[in-house]
Amino acid sequence: MTPLHTKLLRDLNSLKGQVLTIALVVACGIASYVTMRSTWSSLYESKDTYFERYRFADLFVSLKRAPESLVPSMESIPGVSRVYSRVVKVATVPLPELTEVARAYLVSIPNDGEPALNGLYLRSGRMPRRGTDTEAVVVESFANAHGLVAGDSIPVVMNGKKRDIRLVGVGLSPEYVFLGGMGDFVPDDKQIAALWMRRDVLAPAFDMDGAFNDVALALQPGADVKAVMRQLDLVLEPYGGLGTIPRDKQISNFLLDGELSQLEQMATVVPIIFLAVAAFLLNVVLSRLILLQRQQIAALKALGYTTGQVTTHYLQLAFVIVLLGSLMGLAFGAWMGGGLTAIYADYFRFPTLVFRVSARVAIVGVGVSILAAGAGAIASVMQVTSLSPAEAMRPAAPARYKRGLLDRLGLSWLFGVSAMMVMREMRRRPIRLALSSVGIAAAVGIMVVGRFGTDSMTNLIDVIFHKEQRGDVTVAFLQPQAIGVEHELELLPGVLDAEGLRAVPVRLRSGPRWRESAISGMPTRARLRGLIDRNGVEATLPAKGLVMSAKLAEILAVKVGDVVEAEVREGKRPVLLLPVAALIDDSFGLQAYMNIDDLHRRLHQELSISLVQLKVDPTQLDSLRRRLKRMPAIAQVTVKTVVVQRFKSQSAETMQVMTLLLSFFGAVIAIGVVYNNARVALSMRARDLASLRVLGFSQREVSGILLGELAIQMVIGIPLGLLLGTYWCQALMNINDPETYRFALYVSSESYAFATLVALGAAVVSALLVRRKLSRQDLIEVLKTRE
Amino acid sequence: MVSSKPPVLSAASLTKTYQMGDVEVRALQDVDAKLCEGEFLVLLGASGSGKSTLLNILGGLDTATSGQVHFRDTDLSYASDYELTQYRRKHVGFVFQFYNLIPSLTARENVALVTEIADDPLDPAEALDLVGLGKRVDHFPAQLSGGEQQRVAIARAVAKRPSILLCDEPTGALDFQTGLIVLQVIERINRELGAATAVITHNAPIAAMADRVITLADGRVTSDVVNASRKAPEELSW
Repeated sequence: MTPLHTKLLRDLNSLKGQVLTIALVVACGIASYVTMRSTWSSLYESKDTYFERYRFADLFVSLKRAPESLVPSMESIPGVSRVYSRVVKVATVPLPELTEVARAYLVSIPNDGEPALNGLYLRSGRMPRRGTDTEAVVVESFANAHGLVAGDSIPVVMNGKKRDIRLVGVGLSPEYVFLGGMGDFVPDDKQIAALWMRRDVLAPAFDMDGAFNDVALALQPGADVKAVMRQLDLVLEPYGGLGTIPRDKQISNFLLDGELSQLEQMATVVPIIFLAVAAFLLNVVLSRLILLQRQQIAALKALGYTTGQVTTHYLQLAFVIVLLGSLMGLAFGAWMGGGLTAIYADYFRFPTLVFRVSARVAIVGVGVSILAAGAGAIASVMQVTSLSPAEAMRPAAPARYKRGLLDRLGLSWLFGVSAMMVMREMRRRPIRLALSSVGIAAAVGIMVVGRFGTDSMTNLIDVIFHKEQRGDVTVAFLQPQAIGVEHELELLPGVLDAEGLRAVPVRLRSGPRWRESAISGMPTRARLRGLIDRNGVEATLPAKGLVMSAKLAEILAVKVGDVVEAEVREGKRPVLLLPVAALIDDSFGLQAYMNIDDLHRRLHQELSISLVQLKVDPTQLDSLRRRLKRMPAIAQVTVKTVVVQRFKSQSAETMQVMTLLLSFFGAVIAIGVVYNNARVALSMRARDLASLRVLGFSQREVSGILLGELAIQMVIGIPLGLLLGTYWCQALMNINDPETYRFALYVSSESYAFATLVALGAAVVSALLVRRKLSRQDLIEVLKTRE
Repeated sequence: MVSSKPPVLSAASLTKTYQMGDVEVRALQDVDAKLCEGEFLVLLGASGSGKSTLLNILGGLDTATSGQVHFRDTDLSYASDYELTQYRRKHVGFVFQFYNLIPSLTARENVALVTEIADDPLDPAEALDLVGLGKRVDHFPAQLSGGEQQRVAIARAVAKRPSILLCDEPTGALDFQTGLIVLQVIERINRELGAATAVITHNAPIAAMADRVITLADGRVTSDVVNASRKAPEELSW
């Protein structure tokens, strides 16, 4: 071991407080990166593998009924590689223990062999056998929600006839990762099932022998998706085709993509910010630490050590710290990532969800830290060695202080000598002050960003469930009901108010541009449904014409006064020409609204209602739900508190875990930075401060000078950090798919308070530690030593 | 006469100018100086006279603004940082007023710092014996007195068997008694190892122990005098 190695070990030992806190900053940067990034990539890769292995289709079409003989004409469309026709029907599952009736998709599987597309993964049990007409495989989410296992039976009302269906297997399919319609904001595992049954059982039950009402297609690589969709629509139009849905708009996959892209924000962009901040702070803190050894660096040079040797020595110091931090960060990141992925495994129903830290993620995390540390170390050593050893060995010449404005105004006496020393130090080293403040700001900023996920979740709940949907219960009918049905519901005990709405599924078109949407027909002054724009301001629905999301208008390239075509997707499927009356800059989705009377006039229909919103006395909610369950016309009853609860326990749970992790990492980084700033300041000014003590300044006054600097850094850094955090959150918002989410930036005051308090807490703890260190300093020793 | 020996170091027309803010400081103006093999030279001058600047340039710690420096046959005037480093590493031993020991290394390790990179060094313990610190090899700088620290610095400087020993105010931070011990050690090194030695001091009586005395004032050489005889350190008083 060379003397330089000995020096390295001793330095590491004597700086252990700083070494540990800097290593923790590195560890937190790497851990947040590894945890989030690996979780996301594990989910993403698991999804891709799943979709590929189980042949998730590229296109989906539902239709009324077409003969099986139509299949070859679909197969002959250029670009189509495989056509899989089947029977898909909706049935109700009147489980006795449920307050509301559950629904089930009944999906046919071939009589022999595997489905050609959308393969079925059997978690347990077996496939239905030939010769039995009551066997089905049930989707895992429903089975788990009700504790069903292979061998159990459930009642299913198929085409009006109730049958007991024996569950012979529990399975998963890439098309039902999330079950539920677009209307369900959060799918409820208990309320919706998928059951796979043999086609020779399912078809006769629905009079679909030799026919199909659903088709899934796979495309050849490089196929022109839009052209295929156009052709397919033409082929299926005469058979009641509802329009081709590409894979990315398939409901389950759309929800899955939404979840993944929201996760992507938190899991890929945020950790990059964390890693970058940690790297920046590592760079600043480490270079200051090394600059403290200015005279030792010069002495080594004077003794004949080359710049390369000295640089290597300090790089070793930096790398030991980074190595320590990396090991902690990788280990902690892998552990946390495994845990987080396990939480997601309950939520994303994939056959296998394997957590794995990719080498690339680890290399990037560690590499960025090494580069930052190396650059900091090299810059500091260079700064010293650029001076001649003779000059560098001298203590830095007395710094050149300037008289500030207060001096010139003759007001400095107002603040006392200590305050003047603090202010002059700031003036003399503005870059140092700026870097320290920016460091604190960055640490404060990442704490704000770390809580962003939960904040936006809270905001989303507030906008959707409190401002827009003001009812407590939503009742959906199987078929539109004549007007007046809402008054019948209003008479039920516990109902305080009821308001009917009519939702009409449409494809809105303007020239070649189109989007799927639904027109919500509602009263002009709706009591239980609000039109809320991004800033929370309520808009009024005009008596005539269409109101649409400003984003939808932008996509369709229409403005107020233009006319759009609305291809109605139900009943006789008329095409309406609707004038755009107003646009609303709303927060999510591509929405369309009309006055309910105007809508029916244009549909040439009697007033009808497909949804009713109810305001309910909470004490009577349960009895009301039981009563609604007995009403045959009702397809679905949604209770807002239950949805919010479910939403919170599903999406919000994972988001909260992430928030907690990121806040923790952010806090550690903040503490590491503030503490190191204070420690380095103490070392740099030890002589000045000791001199003051000798001159008769009290412990308090002297620490006041040092801590005054820290306080000023905090005063600049905290507000700057809150701004920076807000800016980062805004940047994160912009990553959202604007067709789905356009929420106004929302950062809760709790998040600002949290970030501020952690930073202040870190400052207080650092101040106490530094004060203790200051009080233990041997005055004479400090004055004697020059290093 | 020692000064008849060939010069190991020679400087001609050295000028050194510093920019201090808006002021140009001329630390050396047209200085000629030499140090001969085995010679004991004292550079005398008040503070600010330019003697440290001269020593730093001779030792390769700094470069002159103009003029030439030769080490034996090597021209150091335009040497690169690397060449100056090699020159210091192989030939020059430094002793500084404030010792400049590495605080995290023991006495032995501070000496080893140099023996590690030198071609034919003394053993660190031997070097420390030479300065009378054979019993304190495992002490850290903070556990040693000022005089002891300076002797470690001398041991460190001589452990490489330097051709030249340059001492910048070696007794400047020390009391008389301790300073005396340090001077004795330097004198003994000069005598026993034969290293050409230059000692900077503002303390005129110390000049009596030199072979030759160069006096500087305001960046110029004001006298260059050969002593008829050298006094032993213990005969000095100040």
